[in-house]
Amino acid sequence: MFVASAYAQAAEPPAGDLHTETGVAVDHAPEGSFPPFDSSTFPSQLLWLAITFGLFYLFLKRVALPRIASILEVRRDRIAQDLDEAARMKEEADAAVAAYEQELAEARRKAAAIAQEARDAAKAEAEAERRKVEAALETKLEEAESRISEIKSAALADVGTIAEETAGAIVEQLVGGRVDKKALAEAVKAVQS
Amino acid sequence: MATDPIHQFQISRWIPIEVGGLDFSFTNASAFMVITVATAGAFLYLTTSSRGLVPGRLQSISEMAYEFVASMLRDAAGNHGMRFFPFVFSIFMFVLVANLLGLFPYFFTVTSHIIVTFALAMLVIGTVIVYGFWKHGLGFLKLFVPQGVPVALAPLVVAIEVVSFLSRPISLSVRLFANMLAGHITLKVFAGFVTSLSALGIAGVAGAVLPLAMTVALTALELLVAFLQAYVFAVLTCMYLNDALHPSH
Repeated sequence: MFVASAYAQAAEPPAGDLHTETGVAVDHAPEGSFPPFDSSTFPSQLLWLAITFGLFYLFLKRVALPRIASILEVRRDRIAQDLDEAARMKEEADAAVAAYEQELAEARRKAAAIAQEARDAAKAEAEAERRKVEAALETKLEEAESRISEIKSAALADVGTIAEETAGAIVEQLVGGRVDKKALAEAVKAVQS
Repeated sequence: MATDPIHQFQISRWIPIEVGGLDFSFTNASAFMVITVATAGAFLYLTTSSRGLVPGRLQSISEMAYEFVASMLRDAAGNHGMRFFPFVFSIFMFVLVANLLGLFPYFFTVTSHIIVTFALAMLVIGTVIVYGFWKHGLGFLKLFVPQGVPVALAPLVVAIEVVSFLSRPISLSVRLFANMLAGHITLKVFAGFVTSLSALGIAGVAGAVLPLAMTVALTALELLVAFLQAYVFAVLTCMYLNDALHPSH
């Protein structure tokens, strides 16, 4: 209040230090009433309150509060946006995992199919080889058989001539003299059949 | 005289202005109104000037004040009440900053004058009445007739409601004024003990420790009261505005 007194002093005619206090009191309260109830100060208080509070209200309404509101708004939007972004990324990651799983399953399936195919092909080839070999063996067998029968028939055919010659030789030894070939052949034939 | 506890409420003319026989002088009270408004306005303006997405400490204070008052108003008067947000916020900040500035030694406390608090209270009640009648017409008078009251009791209840409504500006203004006045007088009295005791010599200085401790404790209490009274004033403003928005209880 010393500050206030000093100013009061400046506004007043010079007065002694002791009189400053009373001088201030005299300002508005000549009968020494309680300052807050001194009605002579009311017009000034009301006017300046109206001016200052009015300006304050306008300033807050026009400038300060919209600014704070926009800061809070921007922050809220930003947080919501970030949350959305995070949700979207999570979805993407989930999709990627699902795709990967699917790919993996596909690959497994494919690998199994290839292996199966290879096994089947190998089996079929082996089978074919076996068939071919068997067929070759079969033909060779048949050939051999036919040759055997040929040889046999040839041998059988030769048997007559040998028998004739042998019979001729035997007869020549036993009987002496020449034996008619024709007769020999007939005789051998007769024995043979 | 220096320890006169009333002296701190004296009003002194700084720039005398007189219009039509009325005294509109720029006084120390006017100066502190200007300081209050300038401090609050500058604080809100400067702390939010960086518009930080992540607020600093000071910006947090502005944002907290904003959200504190906003939630207070929304709780009391619903979303319709938000049209009065700048009004309630201005009142809250004005009273709060005026109370807090008043705690500085040698500073004048704007809210320790009944005419100031009464003017603010009348501004609130005036807003309630004007908006109530403008919005609801005569339906605003339903405010005085609570639903479900027996007809026989209605006149009595209406009389009580009217009286309670009329006493609102008085209780609203006297509460703030009396708290500020009493707090500052008490502080001044105890602080005065310190100086007058220590003038008595060594024993006096030793004895002055007690009132000094009391002064420190009271200062802390006054800090709480300064905030609390601003809060109470704003909350009651919200509740009265709710009456204007929804007159039928």
